[in-house]
Amino acid sequence: MNNYFKVLRPGINSTFQDLGRFGLQHLGIVASGCMDQLSFCNSNKLVDNKISEGALEFAYQGPLLEMNGANALVAISGKVNFNLIKKNGEIIKGKSNESFQISNGDKIDILSTINSVYGYFSIFGGFKIEEVKGSVSTLVKAKIGPNNGNKLKIDDKIFFRKSNQTNKLKKIEFDFDKDNVIRVMKGLQFHYFSKNSQDDFFSKEYKVTKLTDRMGMRLDGVKLENTVNKNIKSEGITKGSIQVPGDGQPIILLSDHPTIGGYPKIANVISADYDKLVQKTPGTIIKFKLVNLAVAENAFQDYVRKF
Amino acid sequence: MLKKISNIGDCGITCDFGDEVNKNTNKEVIKLFNFIQESVKSRKIKGILNYTPSYNKLIINFELGQIKSKDIIEFIKSSDYSKVNLPESTKIVEIPICYDEEFALDIKRLEEKTKLNFKEIVSKHLETNFFVYMIGFVPGQPFLGDLSESLFHDRLDTPRIRINKGSVGIVEKFCTIYTFESPGGWNIIGRTPFELFNINKTNTSILSPGDTVKFKSISKKEFTLFKNE
Repeated sequence: MNNYFKVLRPGINSTFQDLGRFGLQHLGIVASGCMDQLSFCNSNKLVDNKISEGALEFAYQGPLLEMNGANALVAISGKVNFNLIKKNGEIIKGKSNESFQISNGDKIDILSTINSVYGYFSIFGGFKIEEVKGSVSTLVKAKIGPNNGNKLKIDDKIFFRKSNQTNKLKKIEFDFDKDNVIRVMKGLQFHYFSKNSQDDFFSKEYKVTKLTDRMGMRLDGVKLENTVNKNIKSEGITKGSIQVPGDGQPIILLSDHPTIGGYPKIANVISADYDKLVQKTPGTIIKFKLVNLAVAENAFQDYVRKF
Repeated sequence: MLKKISNIGDCGITCDFGDEVNKNTNKEVIKLFNFIQESVKSRKIKGILNYTPSYNKLIINFELGQIKSKDIIEFIKSSDYSKVNLPESTKIVEIPICYDEEFALDIKRLEEKTKLNFKEIVSKHLETNFFVYMIGFVPGQPFLGDLSESLFHDRLDTPRIRINKGSVGIVEKFCTIYTFESPGGWNIIGRTPFELFNINKTNTSILSPGDTVKFKSISKKEFTLFKNE
């Protein structure tokens, strides 16, 4: 008997992700992978998977899934408003960051993320999804990954591995960092910007705009004045780089970023603050704080303790 | 020559080979790239996630929990990577291009800027033997050079949100082919129906750095009828 979820509503941007596809950036293939690593790993931990197991990532509104097959242990991580709709019609309000059992005919209705962008859905034993070049991460723009590199679509079937093992239900105490200060290090072209713009960047507020997705986050704020050159020789890009095109409005490059780019970079978000950043919804006002490498490396040590 | 190594945030470094963009500089970059790739494969160094060569730089990204930037910088400085052999590519790839006005979005701006007419721009583009400097931006996208000086132009101030697959664009002395629909800031002069990248093939990218590219003009009808094997 096949065990699967039928997609009754796909959600806005629901894709399979893991920790990323590495070693191919020189061919133009970005690592991709889950946007919020801590939430992703939590969803796997809740169902006793290895933390790198592929999970379903959703943004804002998630999917409505109908389960067919054997009982399963599942979990939703992040801050998510969802319902478990039992086969008999009973509606149970879901609790994120707690694993729960579902049975044949039950539906999971992932209504929305709460004051955040991304959430994750994991199942004990994992989804039956195909690796592409060593990863189940999906890069929709290039159609790379499981499900032919696509977002979930209506009527898709998501198969999962059946497991006879019974697991204990788990719970993780979790809340997002509500602080809107993002720590950054100086970018390679920091000196391209006028002294005033350098000061503005660290003192003025920037608004997260709606032009934000897995590739990048466009910000709106004080225009940054480039006094050297609006273009640079295209060079490799690192996740979290903040580039400033000719219009002076910064763009933070996120997990599905281009592998190479020709706009000057004023700063780079430190690894410890990346998860926090990507969960900021459009309209959120953020500020940047300059730190050095030693501070960033120490912050990372604190960050990994949360895993 | 490797001029400088700098940090990019806390999980990347850049190896800078100087400001000159030419084949010789690029070959130096590829040499270090080959060396790093080899060192990762033979496990001489751990924690490296990606290595991205560009015209004059190699960027290396790593897993901060595994290794720190100072360890990688030390590794590179203590290595003699110049002994790595780099066979020169002799591959020439002919790429069909249609310059129809439907595809050549920025031709008017280029005409104004370069003071050349459409025909002159096209013929200057067609007569160039392009060197493949690097692959990237999106999967399989080649960066080619060097364009005739009379066609040099800056990128757009505000990048377009969407550029169609196969679009051919120019900026300064470079030419590129968008292998996927994506955002981008290059001046678009035409479009190719030729598929340069396919993730399902063993050889996912038709072009490699060091190859040569020649463009061949095709009509809109030929564009429509073109079939990728």
